[in-house]
Amino acid sequence: MNCRSEVLEVTVEARQVEEAMLALLHTILLHRSSGKFHYKKEGTYSIGTVGTLDIDCDFIDFTFVRVSSEELDRGIRRAVSEFKDALSISGSDGMGQISLEFYQKKKSRWPFSDECIPWEVWSIKVNVVNLANEQERQICREKVGEKLGEKVINVVEVINRHEYLPKMPTQSEVDNVFDTSLKDVQPYLYKITYQITDTLGTSVSTTMRRLIKDTLAL
Amino acid sequence: MDSGLSPQDKKDLDKFIKFFALKTVQVIVQARLGEKICTRSSSSPTGSDWFNLAIKDIPEVTHEAKKALAGQLPGIGRSMCVEISLKTSEGDSMELETWCLEMNEKCDKDIKVSYTVYNRLSVLLKSLLAITRVTPAYKLSRKQGHDYVILYRIYFGEVQLSGLGEGFQTVRVGVVGTPVGTITLSCAYRINLAFMSNRQFERSAPIMGIIVDHFVDPPCSSQRANMGHPCNYRAPDEEDGYAGVQDSQEVCTTSFSTSPPSQLYASRLSYHHPAQAGAAELCHPAANQGLHAGKEHGGVVLVPQPPHGADAHLTVEHAANTPGSSGGDDGLTHSGERRRDEGRSVSPSDPVESLNAFTRKIGAFVNKSNTPITAASLDLPFAAFAPRGLDSEENDPMVQPPDSPPCPSPLQASLHSQGSDGSGQQDDFVMVDFRPAFSKDDLLPMDLGTFYREFQNPPQLASLSLHISSQSMADDLDSLPEKLAVYEKNIDEFDAFVDMLQ
Repeated sequence: MNCRSEVLEVTVEARQVEEAMLALLHTILLHRSSGKFHYKKEGTYSIGTVGTLDIDCDFIDFTFVRVSSEELDRGIRRAVSEFKDALSISGSDGMGQISLEFYQKKKSRWPFSDECIPWEVWSIKVNVVNLANEQERQICREKVGEKLGEKVINVVEVINRHEYLPKMPTQSEVDNVFDTSLKDVQPYLYKITYQITDTLGTSVSTTMRRLIKDTLAL
Repeated sequence: MDSGLSPQDKKDLDKFIKFFALKTVQVIVQARLGEKICTRSSSSPTGSDWFNLAIKDIPEVTHEAKKALAGQLPGIGRSMCVEISLKTSEGDSMELETWCLEMNEKCDKDIKVSYTVYNRLSVLLKSLLAITRVTPAYKLSRKQGHDYVILYRIYFGEVQLSGLGEGFQTVRVGVVGTPVGTITLSCAYRINLAFMSNRQFERSAPIMGIIVDHFVDPPCSSQRANMGHPCNYRAPDEEDGYAGVQDSQEVCTTSFSTSPPSQLYASRLSYHHPAQAGAAELCHPAANQGLHAGKEHGGVVLVPQPPHGADAHLTVEHAANTPGSSGGDDGLTHSGERRRDEGRSVSPSDPVESLNAFTRKIGAFVNKSNTPITAASLDLPFAAFAPRGLDSEENDPMVQPPDSPPCPSPLQASLHSQGSDGSGQQDDFVMVDFRPAFSKDDLLPMDLGTFYREFQNPPQLASLSLHISSQSMADDLDSLPEKLAVYEKNIDEFDAFVDMLQ
């Protein structure tokens, strides 16, 4: 199976990075989260309910919808926060990329560890700019809001192509497809990674290291 | 594979489509209420959460949607549309966007109804949640309140996009293939937000806006409860400055400033005798409510009950209709009692009369006239300056047309004030001839004229007296000189601060 890969690109001010990433990642996860499965006998299951929440951004003229799950939000925020810190360490006009990857686990026989096979990867490229004065910042607020709106429309367009989705798993397989660790919702298994591009354009290999680690993880 | 749907599948599919349509409407309307939406996730499935999404059901909205659908389902050639429009406190309205749930003939016979279609409809609803926050109308709806409200209208059948202005854009939310057709959800939204009034009688530039507070208390709070009534099913070509706020108006907002237009109209109505062309159906008792000198019609006028249906429309062009017969009149009218016959012979106890008497002024540019209004001549600006043939008073809806003109008032084409006498009752109203700049010869200018009049002889405006700010303003003004002195003393500090910022 081929992994579907989508790239989104945004240009923001440093203080907008966090909210812009949250907006896009949550929008994607909203579509890729389901209610909790409750398996019944005979292989049937029922699905819990997903609630939603409107979040207003403080630094961007934008409101996005996220899944009503604090656990999920915490997880995303943690990753975005790390990304934001890495970006700011790298310098003021940094570039970076944060990736949200949905994968399936494939059980392998001992001694090999389970494989993680991605089926959809969303990469968000971020360019950070510095603005000189308040007026530019105000314009940036609005412009970034509009851009994020366009990105949301892009995301929705891709998702509504209804391309490959993992098959609904049986009870024994559910952990290979969904993240069942949350108590109120059940997103597809996902991981968030990032990499920072320094100003010379060469990429720091944070992600590469991580990916390699995952592949070999026991 | 058998291309026909099993009966169970067909039944399920119909149910899914029906509830999808209802939930779509809920999502759209709730996204335009002006509030942030928050629902909880629940790990235990409840039977009532369609598509596994926690979307509340606002009963009025469901009711309206069901009414629009009238037992049918969206199908090929039968689209369900939700039109979102904006309506200002002056009564101007503008369509902002139209959400369309359509079906085309492209069938996906192999798809599993109970599983795949259902899940895809769920994803489509999530997409709708996301996209409703992205279109320009969202920001407008979050800021609605005093100056304008956001309204919705649901209709079924052909999609109408003509009200969206030129160059409207379309965003497709998504599609879901089913064995009977492909469901498409999209939104066409206006990008040209320059305000355009579509009031019938306004044929040129919009009247300059007048803040309602000039006349009455802020309407929002008092009106809050009234809005959210059944939908207003305007026919596509129906224009109304006002019908919207009538009985059948469904406003997707919890805050409410309905009354402004009605109040204004009501105040105008106070100036023109209900006798006016008859359709107004004003009656005394009703007038009592609305026509207080303090102009505190507040919400009274705008209870969205259009007792008399059609006439409540602002259709100035019907000479017979009262120009000011806005929703406000609803409050003013109780029955179809025609006062026309009473014409000028209103009793002094008539509240309208007393109001008139109270506010009547002889001012500059007053012309007298007892001639009936003709709506046709309404939109000539500066008609007062026109040659007599115009009959400026004809244009003045405020002037009452006595039934039989026992006191013919000489018409003046000049600017000079006339003693208006009166047929004893309605005198000329200053506003009309006063003709403030840029105002037009129709109802609305009355607002400005009324304002001028009030300014000249201001009654204690309730809104002002209630505002503590007016008192504190006086205090502020008094303390200004001291403050200025202090600031001047510290001028160096300020300069240093400014330098620091740069």
